[in-house]
Amino acid sequence: MRRLHGVHLPHAKSTAAEPFQPLPVPEKVLIPMQMHIGTPASPIVKLRQSVTVGECIGTAEAQFSADIHASVSGTVTAITEYRPVKGEPCKAVEITTDGEQTPCPAITVPHYSSRAEFLTAVRHSGAVGMGGAGLPAHIKLNPKQKIEHLLVNAAECEPYITADDRIMQEKFALIIAGICRILEVLEIPSCIIGVEENKPEAIRTLRKAIGTRSQITVRTLPSVYPQGAEKVLIYHLTGRIVAPGQLPADAGVLVMNVTSVCFLEEYFTTGMPLVSRGITVDGSCIQEPCSLTVPIGTPIRNVLDFAGCDMERMARLISGGPMMGVCLPSAEYPVTKTTNAILALPEPESRPTTACIRCGRCIRTCPLRLMPTELEKAYQRRDAARLRRLRVDLCMLCGCCSYVCPANRPLAESNGLAKAFLRKEATR
Amino acid sequence: MKLLRIENTPHIRDVLTTQRIMLLVIASLMPAAVSSVVHFGWRAALLIGFCMVFSTACEGLCRILMKREQTIRDGSAALTGLLLALNLPVTLPLWEAGVGCFIAIVAVKQLFGGLGQNFANPAITARIMLMLSVTEDMTHWIRPGESYDAISSATPLSGGEASLADLFWGTNIGGCLGETSAAMLLLGAVFLLALGIISPAAPFSYIGTMALCTLISVLANGGDMIEIPYQLLSGGLLLGAFFMATDYVTTPITTTGRIVFGIGCGVLTFLIRTFGSYPEGVSFAILLMNILTPYIDRFTVSHPFGVKPQKGGAAK
Repeated sequence: MRRLHGVHLPHAKSTAAEPFQPLPVPEKVLIPMQMHIGTPASPIVKLRQSVTVGECIGTAEAQFSADIHASVSGTVTAITEYRPVKGEPCKAVEITTDGEQTPCPAITVPHYSSRAEFLTAVRHSGAVGMGGAGLPAHIKLNPKQKIEHLLVNAAECEPYITADDRIMQEKFALIIAGICRILEVLEIPSCIIGVEENKPEAIRTLRKAIGTRSQITVRTLPSVYPQGAEKVLIYHLTGRIVAPGQLPADAGVLVMNVTSVCFLEEYFTTGMPLVSRGITVDGSCIQEPCSLTVPIGTPIRNVLDFAGCDMERMARLISGGPMMGVCLPSAEYPVTKTTNAILALPEPESRPTTACIRCGRCIRTCPLRLMPTELEKAYQRRDAARLRRLRVDLCMLCGCCSYVCPANRPLAESNGLAKAFLRKEATR
Repeated sequence: MKLLRIENTPHIRDVLTTQRIMLLVIASLMPAAVSSVVHFGWRAALLIGFCMVFSTACEGLCRILMKREQTIRDGSAALTGLLLALNLPVTLPLWEAGVGCFIAIVAVKQLFGGLGQNFANPAITARIMLMLSVTEDMTHWIRPGESYDAISSATPLSGGEASLADLFWGTNIGGCLGETSAAMLLLGAVFLLALGIISPAAPFSYIGTMALCTLISVLANGGDMIEIPYQLLSGGLLLGAFFMATDYVTTPITTTGRIVFGIGCGVLTFLIRTFGSYPEGVSFAILLMNILTPYIDRFTVSHPFGVKPQKGGAAK
């Protein structure tokens, strides 16, 4: 099997040996009603209502949605309009904390005796894909197709981020128990955990925790970005190809992020829904790069203050990794269910943009074998037919092409625009 | 509060830039350039320096006249000047070399839109133009150590005597500045291949095809096997294969396309050397294949992952 292409990035994983430490509970949290793909939840709390940790504060009638829970105990002080960096505006609940972190008295360990009950329990946990995608877990765990492999995505191929790595080093037992639970309930015969080779400690710990369970294997992946992209991961772990327009389940696999698996197991042992998560705080403007456990909704400013951030030098605040993360316009945005890292970076080095010199690096790096430079030219001409023929719709915006381009052309950005252009053309 | 910068992904970039690529290629040609000065004396240095400076000046002036942003800093004009100089005989009058630079930079490159837009290799086209217009000066070869006004001696390909060692080290043979020392060209080529600046696809398929064609010819006509290394080391083959057939702009963009390009160059070079009236065919072969490049590109479009091949090409 020929591996798909990609790029060797500087790892910069300086927090791989930094254990998670809890962030002090912030004074206020702002919890958006949409931290997942699908319909936003509707707030079910009133102004000045007091809430406890784990209490449901947002729920949706729609199946394709996820419940939202209070991450702190305190009082609801505002229900506001929230405008996320990406996506549609939604409501958000602001809670002023009382510092007690009283757990919700209604929380009980969930019990289930059937697959349907299991999925209902998952639905009430507020679980979503925590690697960044944010697909509600009860949707993902309910495939119609027969699944042969559960693939646990622990590639964590972006530089800096070590949130998954830390989870694997600290909560290996929960991860393995969670995998066993999912395999049993969904009747999946085997599980492969894919980890990039730059996490030897995590690989060792997981292998030890697996012991003699033959249905679970840990597979080492090369440290080539983007190993964690779903199609790439599936192909490298199983050799299966997810055709355009198909879901991983169509290829008989189910892919879950390792942190999501760990959270589900925690939920099934304690009953506490998704109210906090581990994040990496790094970047050259951060004085003390660290791994933190943060209540969902914590303003990023609190995280930066805790880790020590050179606000004068910081020019870019990124939620996620340096390849696919989004730039935040201010530090007032909250940590959400899908935030795996906060990076504070200085101004980028200035690089001249030149004409395309046709070096072909973008073509040779594209994991999906697209032709970014040709796509850029086609988009500049607004040539919808050629964009379709060259399959710009498959682009997953991993950014490899822009990264390697010596002419500094914004190829991935152009692909994003071209995809939007084609969608607009299709509806016209 | 200070405003934060909003930019599109990715937020980090590789260290390689267009300018660095050009400078690395120039650096890789330095062994060959220095060896030409050792073999042919000070005038080689003068010719190389003149072509690099004059090409850059042509590019700069052109950009000013065309009211486009200045591009001389990317180093591509200097590289073209260097490549052209290495394709000239040491005795060529400077004004003729200047005409060559003008053809390369203005006519072939800038009039088509500048970097990345030219369909033919500027240095090769300029060399061919000079070959056709000032043939006598362009074929006035002297051997290393001879005075610049010595009577022209034959190059190995035009019937001169040379041992393989002479060809490899560039001693005692006549030819263009950069054609004479295979060793120094190979040194530069290894440097570029190791850094991943050039891909091995085109040069290897080019040289391989050349070797294969010569082998067939030797077997068919009965000859000495020594003909094969002789063909590979002589003339501009190595210079052409590693430094011209790898030019990003004028060769196919995919690896498959580059292999097709190399094979085409090999066959054409062999045919011209064997049956043509010119002793050397590398320039013509590469130029002809440059012209075919858009067609090769068209038929070697890469195939997206997971998409089943469709007949007739056009997807819905």
